Amino acid sequence: MQESATSLALTLISTADPDLLEIIGLSLRVSLSAVGLSLCAGLVLGATLAIARFPGRQAVNILVNASMSMPPVVVGLLVYLALSRSGPLGWLGLLYTPSAMIIAQTLLITPLIAALSRQVIEDLYLEYADQFTSLQLTTVEKIKALLWDARYSLSTVALAGLGRALSEVGAVIIVGGNIEHLTRVMTTAIALETSKGNLALALALGAILLTLALLINALLSSINVSAKRYAYA
Amino acid sequence: MHKSPDSNIVNLNATETNNGKRRPTPASNKNEKAPANQFDLVELGCTISGKVILQNINISLKPHGISAIMGFNGAGKSMLLKLIHGIATPTNGHVRWNQQVPTREHRLNQAMVFQKPVLLRRSVKANIDFVIKQRKHRDPLNRNALLAMVGLVDKATQAARLLSGGEQQRLALARALACKPSVLFLDEATASLDSASAAIIEDIVERESRAGTKIIMVTHDAAQAARLSDEVIFMHGGTVVEHSNSQSFFTTPSSAPAKAYLEGRLYNPNR
Ligand SMILES: Nc1ncnc2c1ncn2[C@@H]1O[C@H](COP(=O)(O)OP(=O)(O)O)[C@@H](O)[C@H]1O
Ligand SMILES: [Mg+2]
Repeated sequence: MQESATSLALTLISTADPDLLEIIGLSLRVSLSAVGLSLCAGLVLGATLAIARFPGRQAVNILVNASMSMPPVVVGLLVYLALSRSGPLGWLGLLYTPSAMIIAQTLLITPLIAALSRQVIEDLYLEYADQFTSLQLTTVEKIKALLWDARYSLSTVALAGLGRALSEVGAVIIVGGNIEHLTRVMTTAIALETSKGNLALALALGAILLTLALLINALLSSINVSAKRYAYA
Repeated sequence: MHKSPDSNIVNLNATETNNGKRRPTPASNKNEKAPANQFDLVELGCTISGKVILQNINISLKPHGISAIMGFNGAGKSMLLKLIHGIATPTNGHVRWNQQVPTREHRLNQAMVFQKPVLLRRSVKANIDFVIKQRKHRDPLNRNALLAMVGLVDKATQAARLLSGGEQQRLALARALACKPSVLFLDEATASLDSASAAIIEDIVERESRAGTKIIMVTHDAAQAARLSDEVIFMHGGTVVEHSNSQSFFTTPSSAPAKAYLEGRLYNPNR
């Protein structure tokens, strides 16, 4: 039984099974969109927290750091409550759509991007602050320069976010519902198809997910290597 | 004859500069027609978390030429430079620039080179372009001319932070000059450089001064101060203990710490 599942999984992959491709495609679309949105919000938040000095800044830092480890199911639950028919955003009709999944993952990843990028940018700003003040840079000019100069570290932050988004199951299963041909992504398919005994699909998706994780890590280390080579780390 | 870009490197006087034969810049050398940059330090003091770093500083710097700030390690030279440049805020007193409280517009006319060059994680030319783009001068200095001046044309596309220490400092100086400053601050800019790199920097500084830029530099190199400066501000224990013409400072220092410094010994008031 196990063996036949494995060979079936290999067949699914080698024949580029359309259902399999659809699931992988949606996973990538949802998670990449979420990471993109999280980068927009998280980098601005992270950079601002890194260079701004205002009362309560430490409290905000602690809050952002804490929400970095928010369980995906809790985020899913909150987004579900907001989007459900009786919820404040129920009129949007987004529950059980890929958009809902993107929203949930964005909320999940943004604190991660914000907290990690704040640390990266704050370290860099420690080095640049006097020079930037001497050049009379405006806050916006400072943020732009810091984001660009931290580009290597920040792309590893983005990859960390992508890794978390692709591998989480709790949030997308609650707000997406794992509906075939609509909201089924790799993790939800693995979670639910295994329990239904559809081991072949689960195994095939598991292999793909592992491969993606390996690719992301390979990319991470090659970014680190080139950052060091040019002393841009 | 065709000029190679490197013929612009201004180290032609390096040997003369290095062996210390050159006398302090005579007053006639200075460009008195240049705009005055009169800095008045009034009751200047700085206390950080209960620790007095600077106190009771009341001096007026010469509006032209090169002012050297000297003193033992920890005397407060860097902090004083930062206060004059306005990148640190005094907790006491104030700095006036041409009888005015300096504004951001005034400070856009000032530039500083730090002891440890702070270079962007970009190429050599991108470090210059960053400032040229930020300043939006109507007639911006040409990047390649600046790089030629500091002898870095060949390295324009290299990663700035892979340059040698001397090259990094020359790039930092070129970037400061891209600001077209009327006041240039240098904090021990040649302290960790070999004599050739130091000579290049000294020559550029001297030429900038002659072109009318006010130079305020911290140095612990007495020979360098003697070569370049018109006046010396000698600091000790967070205040100015001597402020005089270079000529008289180096021949007849009046304060005990300055005497000790010039004789190359530590100052111990209890001896
Ligand atoms: N940000 C700071 N916080 C606390 N102490 C400082 C700070 N900056 C400088 N100091 C102290 O002030 C004194 C003068 O420093 P500095 O101006 O750097 O001396 P130097 O004459 O060697 O340049 C030193 O004792 C230094 O430790
Ligand atoms: Mg110093």
